[in-house]
Amino acid sequence: MAEIRLENVVKRFNEDEVVKNLDLTIADGSFTVIVGPSGCGKSTTLRMIAGLESPTSGDIWIGDQCVTNVEPGKRNIAMVFQNYALYPTMTVRKNIEFGLVNKKVPKVEREALIQEISDIVGLTEHLDKKPQQLSGGQRQRVALARAMVKKPKVFILDEPLSNLDAKLRGQMRRELIQLHKRLGTTFVYVTHDQVEAMSMGDQIILLNKGVVQQVDSPMNMYHDPNNVFTAEFIGTPAMNILERERLEIFLPSLLECVRYVGFKPEHAHISAEMEKMPDHLVMKSEIITTETLGAETIYTVVNQAGTMNIKSFAEPITDTQKVYIAIPFDHLYFFDEKEQRIRAAGDKNIETPKPAMAGGA
Amino acid sequence: MSLGKARPYIMIFPAILVFTLFFLYPIGYMIYLSFHDWNFISPDKNYVGFENFAVLLKDAKFMQVLQNTFIYSALTVSLTISISLMLALWLNRKGTMYGFVQGAIFSPHIISLVSISMLWMWLMDTDYGLLNWFLNLFGITNVPWLTDPKTSLLSLIIVAVWKGIGYYTLIFIAGLQSIPQDIYEAAALDDTSKVRTFLKLTLPMLSPTLFFLTIIGLIGSFQVFETIAIMTGGGPINSTNTIVYYIYENGFRFFKIGYASTAGVLLLGIIGVFTILYFRLLSRKVHYQ
Repeated sequence: MAEIRLENVVKRFNEDEVVKNLDLTIADGSFTVIVGPSGCGKSTTLRMIAGLESPTSGDIWIGDQCVTNVEPGKRNIAMVFQNYALYPTMTVRKNIEFGLVNKKVPKVEREALIQEISDIVGLTEHLDKKPQQLSGGQRQRVALARAMVKKPKVFILDEPLSNLDAKLRGQMRRELIQLHKRLGTTFVYVTHDQVEAMSMGDQIILLNKGVVQQVDSPMNMYHDPNNVFTAEFIGTPAMNILERERLEIFLPSLLECVRYVGFKPEHAHISAEMEKMPDHLVMKSEIITTETLGAETIYTVVNQAGTMNIKSFAEPITDTQKVYIAIPFDHLYFFDEKEQRIRAAGDKNIETPKPAMAGGA
Repeated sequence: MSLGKARPYIMIFPAILVFTLFFLYPIGYMIYLSFHDWNFISPDKNYVGFENFAVLLKDAKFMQVLQNTFIYSALTVSLTISISLMLALWLNRKGTMYGFVQGAIFSPHIISLVSISMLWMWLMDTDYGLLNWFLNLFGITNVPWLTDPKTSLLSLIIVAVWKGIGYYTLIFIAGLQSIPQDIYEAAALDDTSKVRTFLKLTLPMLSPTLFFLTIIGLIGSFQVFETIAIMTGGGPINSTNTIVYYIYENGFRFFKIGYASTAGVLLLGIIGVFTILYFRLLSRKVHYQ
């Protein structure tokens, strides 16, 4: 087990700076998820930790060893690849055994380890098959077994679930969480899917364009975003971000520094009738689409401030398109012109809390 | 259209016609001729039964021809494949130099064998050749490349390998590039040595390419003709005579068409057996994705 530290790590491909001055600490035994949109540098970061890419500058530490110039095979890490990267010419058994043979583990010990690991991941009856004969989920298990059998200090997983179908992905997600609990090893997991990040990680690192946006626990990431990017990335649907200019008819008294106002879809009340709601931002809106998901309903509504998503757990509104949405002032998020969060208590940003009802034409 | 069951046969009729005219008929005619004594001109073909076969298999000269052909094929194919594989492993990367070398070693493949033979006859000339001039620089006395039975077959093998490696290397590079890069990354993380990576990953992944090149290499070298006809004429003392050249000699110089056809039937049999053997035995061990 080991902590991973990245110190001022920079990675350039030709002129392209993919990772910019990254300083990170991945706690020992944590399940850390690196998440971000395509091209944000998350895979490059992971590959640098694995040793498959070397940083242009900066240092990488695993435990108390500086591994910047250490070969991948000597870093005591195991990696699960997006495309599994199984050895196609070998059976499942040989695939799992390959790294052990390299480490000169005696045969008896190897046999025992393979038995133990294949029991855990449920591969015992497939040990003599070739990877081509296995389904996607089984291949993923082989990749996991191959990683686990080495008993590494760090597990690295590069979008391991993205080639699986939705149901299997959910199942594997839970299995990975259990596996992490069981092994207690440091897991570093890369994904572009914020649902995976939220559901699996105990620490999330959100990257955009090679820069860390926020490092936090899933719940903090969700409830307390640092900036517009985080707010718009995390959550399904993500936070609604409204521009000040278009909001002024509803909220005429915003503080000078506020440039954007956000609210979460589930914090808005939606109703066909207008009720008197003090300390709420109330907007007369029109429903464009309604997605009924069973327990909840997601409305896309439009009003003078823009288009926004509302999540409601009440019975779906079907008889009318004209609705009122109301968001409590203390559930509003404020951001400045650099898209950074203004953390002063919510309604302090509104000088005279006076829910205007303009727009109710 | 209601052609019924005839329809597919009508569709493939042109192909069948060409195949029959240019493949089946000549093969059949060759087998027919192998049972006859004929001088190519006389209107009579005398049926001799298996006599041609009996003579051929007892002919010491033909036995040497067979031996020459086997040695030539085995050495040419194994040398070409091992050298090209090493070259491919070296050249399988980006860069102007690698592209240039690849182009340079490929160029013999597009030159006609006649020109190549002429070129090498000069290079291998005992007294005026460039090769011997070069060896002389190191104090090595003149090697009688093409004029000594001990070296003549080897000299022809050198020419064949020189001509073949460019094409083989190209195919090997294509094979190497079709191997997914991530299994090498997985191997690196498994702390695999270079030799083991090559033996356990690269080589098995290349097996379809290896298999393909071995087959076409063997079939091609069993049919070697041009270099022999131009450079040695089968000599000296029959040391470079191979099956196809032997067939040509007997058929079109000694006008023993029946006898030549018999050797042709034997060559057909040998190549046929090789092909079947390879597809039956080796294809099971070859990894196809």
